Amino acid sequence: MSTPPVQETSPTFVGMPAFPKAAHEALANTQQRANLHNATHTIRAKRASVVAEVPEWEALRVAGADAKDEALHHLGDYLEQLEESLTANGAVVHWARDADEANRIVVDIARSKEVDEVVKVKSMATQEIELNEALEEAGISAWETDLAELIVQLFGDRPSHILVPAIHRNRTEIRDVFLRQMGEFGRPAPADLTDDPARLAEAARLHLREKFLRARVAVSGANFAIADTGTLVVVESEGNGRMCLTLPETLISVVGIEKVLPTWDDLAPMLQLLPRSSTGERMNPYTTMWSGVHEGDGPQEVHVILLDNGRSHVLADALGRQALRCIRCSACLNVCPVYERTGGHAYGSVYPGPIGAVLNPQLRGTASEIDQSLPYASSLCGACFDACPVRINIPELLVELRGTVAEQGGHRAESAAMKAAAWVLSDPRRLAVAQKGATTAGRLLGKRTITKVPGLGAWTDARNVPSPPTETFRQWWARERGETSGTQEEEQR
Amino acid sequence: MTATKPPVTDLRVALFATCFNDTMWPETPRATVRLLERLGVTVEFPMDQTCCGQMMTNTGYAGKAVPLVRRFVDVFAGYDAVVAPSGSCVGSVREQHPMIAHLAGDPGLASQVEQVRPRVYELSEFLVDVLGVTDVGASFPHRVTYHPTCHSLRMLRVGDKPLQLLRAVRGIDLVELEGAEECCGFGGTFAVKNAEVSVAMGTDKARHVTDTGAEVLVAGDNSCLAHIGGILGRQHSGIRRMHLAEILASTEEDPA
Repeated sequence: MSTPPVQETSPTFVGMPAFPKAAHEALANTQQRANLHNATHTIRAKRASVVAEVPEWEALRVAGADAKDEALHHLGDYLEQLEESLTANGAVVHWARDADEANRIVVDIARSKEVDEVVKVKSMATQEIELNEALEEAGISAWETDLAELIVQLFGDRPSHILVPAIHRNRTEIRDVFLRQMGEFGRPAPADLTDDPARLAEAARLHLREKFLRARVAVSGANFAIADTGTLVVVESEGNGRMCLTLPETLISVVGIEKVLPTWDDLAPMLQLLPRSSTGERMNPYTTMWSGVHEGDGPQEVHVILLDNGRSHVLADALGRQALRCIRCSACLNVCPVYERTGGHAYGSVYPGPIGAVLNPQLRGTASEIDQSLPYASSLCGACFDACPVRINIPELLVELRGTVAEQGGHRAESAAMKAAAWVLSDPRRLAVAQKGATTAGRLLGKRTITKVPGLGAWTDARNVPSPPTETFRQWWARERGETSGTQEEEQR
Repeated sequence: MTATKPPVTDLRVALFATCFNDTMWPETPRATVRLLERLGVTVEFPMDQTCCGQMMTNTGYAGKAVPLVRRFVDVFAGYDAVVAPSGSCVGSVREQHPMIAHLAGDPGLASQVEQVRPRVYELSEFLVDVLGVTDVGASFPHRVTYHPTCHSLRMLRVGDKPLQLLRAVRGIDLVELEGAEECCGFGGTFAVKNAEVSVAMGTDKARHVTDTGAEVLVAGDNSCLAHIGGILGRQHSGIRRMHLAEILASTEEDPA
């Protein structure tokens, strides 16, 4: 059996350049920009209309945030409860500190079943730990079965969106890759395939069906893990998840420890918040819930790997821990004006967009160029906070993370400039002196249009500079009203 | 309520000009003074004011903003209302100063911040919420489009207050801006740290502005206006940018 083209164009996100550099390339990709603009605006409008029809939306957001906070504030207790309930239900619980541990557990289970392939339900956690690559190294093919993940896999590409990972591709590109690649890994696409969405879906369905029916092991994540009942929940739209979660004999679920919810009742707000926020649907088409093993029904061996991989580090930060509420709906991506223009790859992670700009430096630390640049990849416009169904204050977290980066001394010139600005602004006399530079320039330049200022190329490459005035406001006030502050009088004497 | 019957307020009102306006756009705080005095408000300008510290805070140097927050609460402690012609700076005062005081580990400063910050208003909030006026007696017979800036919209939630004020202006032809609520791409140091994305966002905003056929682009923040206006200027669009205060200060006798 051939192995899927696991991200052959760019094996991983490791060594990604800083965001502005990656964004430069993304901005020049006009096809991608058109695709992104259309897709984000479509989902944005759908979400806005289904959210608007829920009068208690704000109360739901609070309920969702509260349920997650309750779980996070007592995470140890709820995880132990989850382990107990899962075990009582016949599941096997594994704990993984990091990606390596989690990958090793999955590979060991797959090997013990003597399989050379697994089918996969779309899962952010397994992408985060690069499970497909680990399986490939062990000689095991991992077949993505979500349509968009299949597209990404056939391209040998990386996902660029949490929910719609092939958002940067259009249907003509998809038809071409189906014709080119599907036959390499299984049932080929029909030769007369068009870019009609129904035809594309049919080709994918036929290609995937033989994999569903053959696979003996499936790998999934989980949207929620209910502590009191020991239930895992997967929410999806295509039915591929249902196939993977019910047909194979063995099911392995990799679940981030922040996915735990205290009680069954906590699902109620979540199942209203998630579909409306993510796909802009009132209810998602397939919600699969399983509580361990049931004889003669579904997988007879159920493994749950509870994954930390940096999450307990995020939990330790009193302000930052709210990012762990994230339910991966991607509403923040769809409303983000930065994401809309750069796409997901520029964020250097499977978590792109505003939540990625927060979560990646939180989970991975701020040692790399890309992780240092991510907190600045935002205009702090606040659209993400408004859209977030669990009220993660992303702008606030970005500002906090900027503080972390600045403390590392990452930008020496900037640090000096901020120090100087603070020194000037902490005293009105110093400010008045500094303002003389502006008014002098204003008098010299008159009404001339300013298109170039040495050292300000980042601004002036595409924008004119406002003409400085000949008199500041405080000079005008002092002249008109004859008022000066005590400190200024001193200076003027 | 109309301008012929000026609202009487016995509030002690201070103008917070903001450092950018003071230095680069003095016509805006001047218009604010003219407008408020026309409405019967006595405005004081405490000369010891400087800056809210937003630039330091948002760039990751919140520690450097501590002395600025101290100065802010000292300078404005005695006032019933502090008015600023900037949604962004008021947003910083109201939403970020508590965090900076907390960072400073100074409970005294934190309680001073709690005293002062609820009394700090963006101009349209002060006019509509405090003075209870939407018709300020202004006249501006031009085609105008309004860009709601992100911090006034999503931090302060000024809603349609600026539009209520603009709709009451004599002679104005107020045209809707497509994608009005989308960020213009300024974002403080974002404009230079991520200049290309910033310009891509600003170019789309400028295109929407141009499409309205407006002569004048108005907003409540000169920083965003400098960015969009800088792009419009580079395009030689001929569209003038004005702060909300300047349009509201404009009258038939003294047109802007």
